[in-house]
Amino acid sequence: MTGAFAETAAAPPLPYRVAQRRTDTPDTATIVLEPVGTALPPFTPGQFAMVYAFGVGDIPLSVSGIDGRRLTHTVRAVGAISGALHGVRPGQTVGVRGPFGTGWELSEEAGRDLLVVAGGIGLAPLRPLVRAALAELGRYGRLSVLIGARSPHELLYSDETAHWQAGARVLTTVDHPAPDWMGDVGVVTTLLDRAVFDPSTATAFVCGPEPMIRATADELVHRGVAPDRIRVSLERTMHCGTGHCGHCQLGPLLLCRDGPVVTWTRARPLLLIREL
Amino acid sequence: MTVVRHGFLGALTPAHRDRLLALAHDVSFPGGTRIFEEGGEADRFWIVGSGLVALDVHVPGRPEPVVETLGEGELVGWSWLFEPYRWHLGARTRTAVLAREFDARQVRGACEEDPAFGLAVTHCVAQVIARRLQATRTRLLDLYGPPPGHGGGT
Ligand SMILES: Cc1cc2nc3c(=O)[nH]c(=O)nc-3n(C[C@H](O)[C@H](O)[C@H](O)COP(=O)(O)OP(=O)(O)OC[C@H]3O[C@@H](n4cnc5c(N)ncnc54)[C@H](O)[C@@H]3O)c2cc1C
Ligand code: FES
Repeated sequence: MTGAFAETAAAPPLPYRVAQRRTDTPDTATIVLEPVGTALPPFTPGQFAMVYAFGVGDIPLSVSGIDGRRLTHTVRAVGAISGALHGVRPGQTVGVRGPFGTGWELSEEAGRDLLVVAGGIGLAPLRPLVRAALAELGRYGRLSVLIGARSPHELLYSDETAHWQAGARVLTTVDHPAPDWMGDVGVVTTLLDRAVFDPSTATAFVCGPEPMIRATADELVHRGVAPDRIRVSLERTMHCGTGHCGHCQLGPLLLCRDGPVVTWTRARPLLLIREL
Repeated sequence: MTVVRHGFLGALTPAHRDRLLALAHDVSFPGGTRIFEEGGEADRFWIVGSGLVALDVHVPGRPEPVVETLGEGELVGWSWLFEPYRWHLGARTRTAVLAREFDARQVRGACEEDPAFGLAVTHCVAQVIARRLQATRTRLLDLYGPPPGHGGGT
């Protein structure tokens, strides 16, 4: 265990106040949190926090924005805890532990084409990565962002992703179009033909439902992207978030510590085994 | 017109690709143009150079729902290769489209004349059909909905 990991592991949740809340889709909201007192150590894109809804419980949430001492999370209401966090209002307080897990490690990718592939709420942990790449465009090769969602009204951050077009090739597709939807229809992998990247040197960052991750990574390997250059973010149920309870185990990995971001070289053999 | 490396033509050898492309001519369609109707005679096919084509289904009394879109490098239409040579879906341009257009009878004739070329073209079309079948199955899973088991959203 690294020193930093041991420190965050032992720490109690720090109080953060909800500074803003924005409804993104019918079941998803983005909340901006600011520390009431001491702030947690800085997060990097891809890392997550354990966010505590007082009296209900805590869940892992990726950072979807990093702005100085402020943390942004995008939360989809699927159960009791995520429902409570989705329902918070500005002024309320939540508890936050972190930062936990591995990040996307964008800083290692200077000079390479970057390919970001997001499905559904998988765009949340990728948003700070895209923002960081756009802030330093000259450092990297070409940037492509492929986004898939179930329907047009479930697309996240539509205003912001439209602005990303200025520095990146952004393509969006939905499974179920509304009658007035004039964009793409189909799974996100069908957009790969139109992404701009050199498979022999590009690095891909993939997050979404697990079958979507598998389909995307396999297709990228088929096109010549090395499995080591494909980073995926995986999810398993988490309790401690600190490498102690074993709930997040995937084969030899504890995803709260060794993940959530891992290379496809590591992930693929583990995801192909049904029960580990 | 550029034809992207991983599109429909990506699986053909350069010789077979040149042979097929020699049978094509460039066409353009304004946005909103119906290219073909479901059930119509599948006498041509296209490879998209730029723009977006929507495949749709005829449902009486409703605007045709779009089931899939096809962009740069993708094959529009495969019903021309299999009897009874009738379109299974309709196609309409979403935006202005530049494409390579092929005469189906001519291409089928070339395939019969040169079985190695015929096999290669059939193989390419079969790959497209397999990919689209796989994509359709993936969409049937409705992956973005809440899973019944453990998490899978982020
Ligand atoms: C590293 C990591 C990062 C994450 N980042 C985010 C994030 O940024 N935003 C976000 O909204 N979620 C994120 N999640 C998922 C989130 O932690 C879960 O949705 C949450 O734990 C569910 O807890 P709950 O008590 O609300 O629901 P539970 O009572 O645990 O579950 C309620 C129902 O929802 C289902 N469910 C559980 N998890 C999910 C899921 N992930 N997606 C869909 N359905 C689910 C369950 O199977 C059950 O049917 C992340 C998970 C991990 C491991
Ligand atoms: S959540 Fe407890 S070990 Fe990972």
